[in-house]
Amino acid sequence: MEKFTQEHEWIRLDGDIATIGITDHAQSELGDIVFVELPEIGTKVSSGGEMATVESFKAASSVYAPVTGEVVEVNETLGDDPAQVNTEPMGTGWFVKVKMDDVSQLDTLMDEAAYLALVS
Amino acid sequence: MAPFAGYMMPLNYGDGALKEHMACREGAAIFDVSHMAQLDITHASGTASPILAALEGLIPANLIDLPAGKQRYGLFLNAQGGIIDDLMVINAGDYVRLVVNAACAEKDQNWLQAQLSGFKITRLQRALVAVQGPAAADVVAAHILLPENMAFMGVATSQFAEQDIQLSRSGYTGEDGFEISLPEDIAEAFVTALCDDGRVKMAGLVARDSLRLEAGLCLYGQDMDENISVAAASLEWAIPKIRRIGGARAGGFIGAEHTLPELQDGAAMCRIGVLAPKGVPPRSGALIFDAETDGNQIGLVTSGAPSPCVGQPVAMVRVVGEAAIDGPLFAEVRGKRLALERAKMPFVAHRFYRGGGKGA
Repeated sequence: MEKFTQEHEWIRLDGDIATIGITDHAQSELGDIVFVELPEIGTKVSSGGEMATVESFKAASSVYAPVTGEVVEVNETLGDDPAQVNTEPMGTGWFVKVKMDDVSQLDTLMDEAAYLALVS
Repeated sequence: MAPFAGYMMPLNYGDGALKEHMACREGAAIFDVSHMAQLDITHASGTASPILAALEGLIPANLIDLPAGKQRYGLFLNAQGGIIDDLMVINAGDYVRLVVNAACAEKDQNWLQAQLSGFKITRLQRALVAVQGPAAADVVAAHILLPENMAFMGVATSQFAEQDIQLSRSGYTGEDGFEISLPEDIAEAFVTALCDDGRVKMAGLVARDSLRLEAGLCLYGQDMDENISVAAASLEWAIPKIRRIGGARAGGFIGAEHTLPELQDGAAMCRIGVLAPKGVPPRSGALIFDAETDGNQIGLVTSGAPSPCVGQPVAMVRVVGEAAIDGPLFAEVRGKRLALERAKMPFVAHRFYRGGGKGA
């Protein structure tokens, strides 16, 4: 069960580990993605702070952390194949896994129906 | 869609900019460049000669010897030698047509009118469509009659839907192709007809920018502007020997006092091409330093993007003169410095049609 942000990120929770990526709508707006700059493992991120940068063919865009916690894993496969973000934005194109300080932070985010209503 | 020079223009069409870029290198791409201003200049004599002679006072090019049915690249300069605009000058036989940048059109027209007395300057309400790529000639010839052996920078008239159209064998992608000026009411039918060919894709602003960058071609407002001289933009090639010091028609254009000595002595800054490491592309505005940490700021990126054909990011940078030759170059992007490697431009070889074959 995913949660979504106004900034077009999705979050999938497993225990207190949140897997985070950008939505299909976001990848489609950005266009062909050529590089994703990810944070280092161990980085503390806080909700709303800059977490990653996506370089598309046309421009660089910041991705903001949707939750507060510590980065415990990053998707190394995006290095060789950033286009996964275009083809599988909610699957193999995930960005980072963050160990959340407080999982109740997700309660305020949108569910899929609310998000789809936002972007439709 | 994005606002561009007062128009709403597509950044890309449905398949995305990358596919549009490759269509232009492998097949053909169509660009709607109707926003560019087409200015016709006429003279009471009904011939182009007095117009071309007068334009030599504004443009440091050899225009007096520009034959009918040919066009040439030119620059408008201000008194300080800064670049007001870059443009194409077409000798249409009985008049002269200029094609100027959309964002500069009003400024150009006012400036021209102030400089040229006794000439009539009219901005046309006509569409302009660029068809670019190795298949361009083939694609265009399927719908209009192309003159035999029309070479790069040639200009001719033809017909579509029983109306006169003007085409030049030119473009801004480095590929063979045409820029076609036609009445607005037949433009859509013309483009729709060309798009029937499976090798053709419509292309937007993003692909237009990445293609011209790979071709090493400058974009006005980015790689040059009113504060940048011809030498600082490394556009020396646009000024022929005949208009330089020692030439038969040396000087005699606005800005010559600043421009010509710089062509001999070099400018404080110049524009060079660089390759960046795979990954983060240094884009327009990124600063250039001479060391990986600290050091001096020695220039900036004027245009930069991932290059699908080179396989890594490429950029044009404007740096202090000495840095054009050697010494380390780093672009700073989000606090990190990326080592740059000097590269010859164009980054992707030009494939203009120079004549010799049938040409279509």
